[in-house]
Amino acid sequence: MSSPAKAEGSGPSVALEPELEPVPEPAKGETTLEGRSPGQLMWQRFKRDRTGVVCAATVILYFVIALAAPLLTKLSGTDPYTLYGQDPTYQDSPVLDDFGLPLGYFGGLSGSHWFGVEPQYGRDVFAMLVYGMRTSLFMAVGITVLMMVTGIVLGLIGGYFGGRTDYWIGRVTDFFLAFPQQLFFIAFMPVVTAFFVDPREETPTYLRAVAMLIVLWLLGWMGMARLVRSTVLSLREREFVEAAKVSGASPWRIVRKEILPNVVTPILVQFTYTLPSTILTIAFLSFAGVGFVEPTPDWGRLFANGAKYTEQDPAFLFFPGLALVIFVLAFNLLGDSVRDAFDPKSGR
Amino acid sequence: MSDNLTLPAPQGTSGTPADALLEVKGLTKHFPIYGGFPIKRRVGAVQAVDGIDLTVGVGESVGLVGESGCGKSTTGRLITRLLEPTAGSITYAGQDITHASRRQIAPVRSEIQMIFQDPYSSLNPRQTVGSIIKSPMEVNGIEPEGGREKKVRELLELVGLNPEHYNRFPHEFSGGQRQRIGVARALALNPKLIVADEPVSALDVSIQAQVVNLLQEVQRELGIAFLFIAHDLAVVRHFSQRVAVMYLGKVVEVGDRESIYNRPRHPYTHALLSAVPEVGVDSEAADRERIRLSGDVPSPIHPPSGCRFRTRCWKAQDKCATEEPPLVQLSGNGDGHLTACHFPEDPTTGSRGDDIVMDPALMAMEEGDTPEA
Repeated sequence: MSSPAKAEGSGPSVALEPELEPVPEPAKGETTLEGRSPGQLMWQRFKRDRTGVVCAATVILYFVIALAAPLLTKLSGTDPYTLYGQDPTYQDSPVLDDFGLPLGYFGGLSGSHWFGVEPQYGRDVFAMLVYGMRTSLFMAVGITVLMMVTGIVLGLIGGYFGGRTDYWIGRVTDFFLAFPQQLFFIAFMPVVTAFFVDPREETPTYLRAVAMLIVLWLLGWMGMARLVRSTVLSLREREFVEAAKVSGASPWRIVRKEILPNVVTPILVQFTYTLPSTILTIAFLSFAGVGFVEPTPDWGRLFANGAKYTEQDPAFLFFPGLALVIFVLAFNLLGDSVRDAFDPKSGR
Repeated sequence: MSDNLTLPAPQGTSGTPADALLEVKGLTKHFPIYGGFPIKRRVGAVQAVDGIDLTVGVGESVGLVGESGCGKSTTGRLITRLLEPTAGSITYAGQDITHASRRQIAPVRSEIQMIFQDPYSSLNPRQTVGSIIKSPMEVNGIEPEGGREKKVRELLELVGLNPEHYNRFPHEFSGGQRQRIGVARALALNPKLIVADEPVSALDVSIQAQVVNLLQEVQRELGIAFLFIAHDLAVVRHFSQRVAVMYLGKVVEVGDRESIYNRPRHPYTHALLSAVPEVGVDSEAADRERIRLSGDVPSPIHPPSGCRFRTRCWKAQDKCATEEPPLVQLSGNGDGHLTACHFPEDPTTGSRGDDIVMDPALMAMEEGDTPEA
């Protein structure tokens, strides 16, 4: 082999990002050269983004709180279903005055009710909030994952196979996009529930959850499908896909090994944007009265109740509202940071 | 051309190879154009490749040249079966693979490989160099002696890269190094034929020479046949034993290197060769003929009738518009030197009495200059 070739290929490291801190090479006798994958580079960039790290910590904290809701309520000694204002067991320590408004300052803050109590019933706001977050977050994660998977599968199929397949998947996507979403959420929820349960009987909570899942899923996968399709369309024409075809790879292998790793970035970014908006949608459904109902603790239901009480007891809305604002803000900023980490060229 | 003497036996310099590895007959690719509303129907076709015949012998390297958009790359993609031919036949080692499905073609798949033009898009950015080179072996279930990883390291060494780069990612390499990785991937399956689609045109000139030399070494040492697609005549001259010249989806002239470069007959080949800038002392340079064509290649949607080059040819007559010239061996041509022209040029590249300048703007400019000179 010619000597310039050797010289070209023998440098210790080529084209590393100059802005990154050097990675400590393993200081063994024989130096192992190991490249950093785009994923590792992304992780390094992400770690240096302080906003992103703080937001990621916040988001993780929310999930931990939601998971540990039973533990937290054990700590506070309250639970979301007990009516502390009406239950005769708690007559010794009244939380409501004669008008049904919380005793004490700022919605009845006290050692036993950390975030105050609800007017009229006297339920503990802290317990309702952590359990409500639990409901909302788990619902949102479930719905978002379903939406993502559907969108990814349909987008991959449409984008990779193209032609007639793509045409029909595209038309179905357009059809679903044409629905006025908010109206259909409200209009369809009772319809879907009626599929499972006689309207005259009471609907079990899990059925309400399933109905919400179905409605939000059916009306929410289109954005993901469009995004994945367009990414795959451009990837499909890249020469490395042709190289895989020339080597005889099956379409399934090409999709799995060549294309899917390259669409992970937009999928992850889209996920971090979709999840908080799904939480808001679920809250909106409960607020509009078609989501979860009494007595299931739910974030959105807290707002629905808060709207009722806001004239007498504005403090009731403070903690649930603050929690939601912080969460959505942190998740959206996290989405931005993830995008920046994946694509260092997109400056701010 | 002293290189020829060092070539191994099967790659004789004669135009017709003794043992044909790949035989292409009447290969045609028309890309349909759809239009109309509301019901789309076929309104025409881009005749990218229109009935070309080509033969590649065992261990032979054939160059395919022509200007942009003449169907060179389409031909390469048809042969590697990335595109479905509209008509014609492709025969590889006696087996018809023209319309073979993925499963049917599987046995010979590993023997026909491709090197791509753009080293930046031909390597998957999410895979390590090791897995890029390894994946063709995985697909074909090849288990080399000592394991796939060992084979990959050998291949990396063969193409002049450090085997330690096994675990690196493509973005850590320069263009030339990436193209070497592409070569290593093509070699992973021990192919018998490599279609190289402009393998060096995306690289800078100093790297081009390295990669071409690498390919040449590979070709000689491993006896791999090459279909070398390029628009750089100098590179093709350096690399190929036989050369086919394409114009607007047709082969207009084919022959061994010597014939094409020193005794071309087709006017288009003359024009193409005369367009190559040559460095030399003035007196030397003046020896070459000077032909400057005007305009662009006509649209492949509505190619000219008869001879496709006639719209830009200085020798065109009525016959050229009505009758398509066959690709035949003209009197005075060497063995296997075929030309498709009714009125061929003299077999020389030497200077003629006066320059042929078809471009009116250039002509006007030069006429203005003359009196002052």
